[in-house]
This record gives sequence, structure tokens and C-alpha cells, in this order.
Amino acid sequence: MTDRATEVRRKTSRPPALVMVLALLGLAVFVVPLVGLLARTPWQDLPELLTEEVVADALRLSLIASLGATAISAVVGVPLALVLARVDFPGRSIVRGLVLLPLVVPPVVGGAALLFALGRRGVIGEPLYEATGLVLPFSTWGVVIATTFVAMPFLVITVEGALRNLDPRFEGAAASLGAGRWTVLRRVTLPMIAPSLAAGLLLTWARALGEFGATITFAGNLQGRTQTMPLAVFVALESDRDTAVALSLIMVVISLTVLVVLRERWWPSR
Amino acid sequence: MAPAGGRRRRGQLPRAALPAFLVLALVAAACDSGGTTAESVILVSAAASLTDAFAEIEGAFEAANPEADVVLNLGGSSVLREQILEGAPADVFASADIANMDRVVVGGAASQPQVFATNRLEIAVPLDNPGGVTELADLADESLLVGLCASGVPCGDFAQAVLDQAGVTAAVDTFEPNARALLTKIESGDLDAGMVYVTDVAASESVAGVEIPEGANVTAAYPIAPTTGGANTEGAAAFVAFVLSAEGQTILARHGFGAP
Repeated sequence: MTDRATEVRRKTSRPPALVMVLALLGLAVFVVPLVGLLARTPWQDLPELLTEEVVADALRLSLIASLGATAISAVVGVPLALVLARVDFPGRSIVRGLVLLPLVVPPVVGGAALLFALGRRGVIGEPLYEATGLVLPFSTWGVVIATTFVAMPFLVITVEGALRNLDPRFEGAAASLGAGRWTVLRRVTLPMIAPSLAAGLLLTWARALGEFGATITFAGNLQGRTQTMPLAVFVALESDRDTAVALSLIMVVISLTVLVVLRERWWPSR
Repeated sequence: MAPAGGRRRRGQLPRAALPAFLVLALVAAACDSGGTTAESVILVSAAASLTDAFAEIEGAFEAANPEADVVLNLGGSSVLREQILEGAPADVFASADIANMDRVVVGGAASQPQVFATNRLEIAVPLDNPGGVTELADLADESLLVGLCASGVPCGDFAQAVLDQAGVTAAVDTFEPNARALLTKIESGDLDAGMVYVTDVAASESVAGVEIPEGANVTAAYPIAPTTGGANTEGAAAFVAFVLSAEGQTILARHGFGAP
């Protein structure tokens, strides 16, 4: 009997044929470019291409930038999400819009805006340069800043959404038992939204890894200092397509591995 | 017209989403069909350094041929080359160097290129020249922020050739994807100096040019050719002829380009 019940449930829960066809089309959007990449991969030259210095430099910078952006986002983005979800203040919807802005604005525009703000003649950049001699554009810090700008919204919206769906009674219970605000935050709130927090961090990292437009506009492009993987791919496309394809392949392998492994770990599929 | 949301089941989508999508789609479709017919569109893939000159040529050509609609696709010559070789639609290719044009011709995607203009390099600096740049050798100064075009992009390859010839190893802080991107960062004062085309300096109000001596400079030749896979061969031929005509040449000269 239980077998039959499972059978019935499986049949009724399966989407209609049209949905399956559309789903396949949806999948094709992701798979087709990958097939194109694999078809152009110079497999026999690959080991040689992967050991080129430009590849190692770009890989190192990409890891620094994407992990740096994720760390900064965790430190300032989670508090921002907490404030947005829990503090009622005038103009909250405007602030929420500002946080989402990097998702809508083309990254190149974001990079230009960063340059106008933090560049050597920028609103903030000029006093900073005069006081400290620090120039953010064309430095690895510039890459981290540009990447954070583009990637942090993913963390803020994910965490804010989770906080708003959280049943406030758990936190209330903890507080009524004498827990202070920090303790509630550390022992109740954050553990309860841990899956969303992890998902947000993962999305942020993934977006940061692929960042191109804001980085090249704000931080420039110099091997070993600001040239991340996407920039290296772009530059290699101009002169040396085999290296460009090899670089792209590394990016795909790294991101796919991380996304698949971590996803399985945090949201195991049955 | 039937209401767009008629068949929508309640509660399945945010209420406004589907009608809004349909309206957007209709607007897009209307824009598409409301314009000119496909035959009269001439797609011109032109090097970024031709931006201003070709905008003016576009206007003059359309004034002379009211049925034609020139659409400019501007970018680094090497990016355009890849696009055309990969089969992106284009009727005309105008490159900032012979090398990229040759690769398109060898790839069978364009034929019979003709040089229609020449250009030279110059050092561009912000108007107040904060780095005090006066000659090529200054680009080797580590304390200055110096930009060049990336290798593979014509202005980058030419700049490297000029520097090699002068025996200068530039202390480069960024390799920009094209001349315009490089110029923008010099205009904003974020870079102290960069090597761009004479025409770029002429077009910008916020940079000054530091001339490179005649003997140390290189001459960049700009070739133009109709593509072989273009949808509008007639229009392509007419546009190429116009660029090479006295009127086209006058416009190019006004923007600082040299004669072929």
C-alpha cells in the first residue's frame, strides 16, 4: 500500500509535460554557452596554458578579491540587513533601494561612480589622497572595493529576507530568560538564519568572483595587482584566445565545484 | 486589444508583473517595426577612436541618403574583429590598424580593405599636468600613475612600439581596454599620463597633449572594408565610398585624422 501511495504522490507531484519542456529550454540557456566553451578548449595545450604566470596571478587576485569582498560584506552587510529588518526608521525603503542599486546599475557605471567618489580627484578620494597619499584606484584594495560594491547586495537581501521571516517569539523567549541583546543575536538570531546567511555568503562570493565591469573601470587592469580572472580573460581574448578559453575553463570549474559542493552540504537534496 | 492579464491565474504571479511584461514586450515590438526596414540599416563596426568622426559621418551620410540608417557599433578593434569572425552581424568594419583588419580578411569575413585615414600617438595628461610630464622618458617614473591601452588593442600595440623604439620602459599602472577608457581616466585626473591618439586629445576638452617627436612616433593606418557576411552589401559599399569621398575625408581631417 505504501508503495502505491508513493507512486501516486510521485505522479501528481510531477509537473505537466509543458513545464518539463520549458524547463529544458531554461536549462539550455545555461548549458549552451558551456558547450561552446568546451568545444573551443585547446585540450592538448591546456597544461601548458594553465601554468602561465598570467593565469596564476589572475587566480591569486581573484581569490583575494572574492574572499575579501565576502568578508567585508559579512562584517558590514549583515549588520545592515539587521538594521533594515529590525529598525523602523524614516526612509527605510529608500535605504533598501540604495542597497539594491548595484544589482540594477551596470557595473561599469558603478565603477565610474566609485572613481568619481574615491578616485584621486574624487569627493572622498581627494582629501584621502592629500591626507595619507593613498590612491585606491589601480590598487588591489580598489579591486576589493569595486567587487564588494557589486556583490554585497546579495548578502544583504538574503539575510534581511531571512530575518523578516524569523519568528520573533524565539528571540523574545531568550530575552525574557535574561539574555542580553548581544547574546540573543549570537545564540538565537544568527544560528536560526544560518542557512540563509550561508547562502547569502555563497552568492556574494560567486558574484564577486565573476566581477568585471566595476573592477576594470575603477581599479584598472594590471597583471599581478588588479587583473582578476575575468579581466585576464577579457584581455587575453584580444590577443590570445587559447589562454582566454583556458582561463574561462578554470573559472567555470572552480565556481561549479564550490557551488555544487557547498550547496550539497547546506541544502542536501533528498 | 484584449486585457493582457485576462488569462492569468490569480495568486500565481505578483499582480502587476505579467501585464507589465506584456506591455514592455509590445513596446519593444513596436519600436522594432516602427523604425526603418531591415534593408536600409547599415551596421558599421568601427574602432573606438573613430567615435566622434564616425558620428558626424553617420549624420552626413544619412542626410545624403535619407532611406539609410547607419548603426554604429564602437569598440576596440580587436573586440570588433572577434565579433565579426564569430559571425556577429556587421556590414562594414573600420579598424584602427592593419593587423586586425588582416585577420578578418584572412578569416574570410571581409574583403578589399582600403586605408581611409591615419593617426598618430600623443601623450595625454590632465590639463594641469600634475605629474609634470614633458617627454616619453617621464613615463618610466614609478611615482606617476601611467596608463596604456592593453596589448592586442591597436593603441596599446602602437604605444609599445613607440616606447620600444625610444628605449623607454614605462611604469604602467593599468592597461585599459581601449583608447576611450584610457582617456576617461586621464580626464578625471586619476592617471597622470597615458598614450592615446592625437585625435583623442583633440576631441577632449579636459586633457592636454604632450607631443611625441616625429622620428619616435608611429603612423597608424585605418583600413575600412565591407564584410562578406553582411546583410546589406549595397549600403555597405555606399558607406565605404562615402568615407573615402571628399566629404568623408573633410570630416575626418576636422577630427585630427591624417590623409591615407
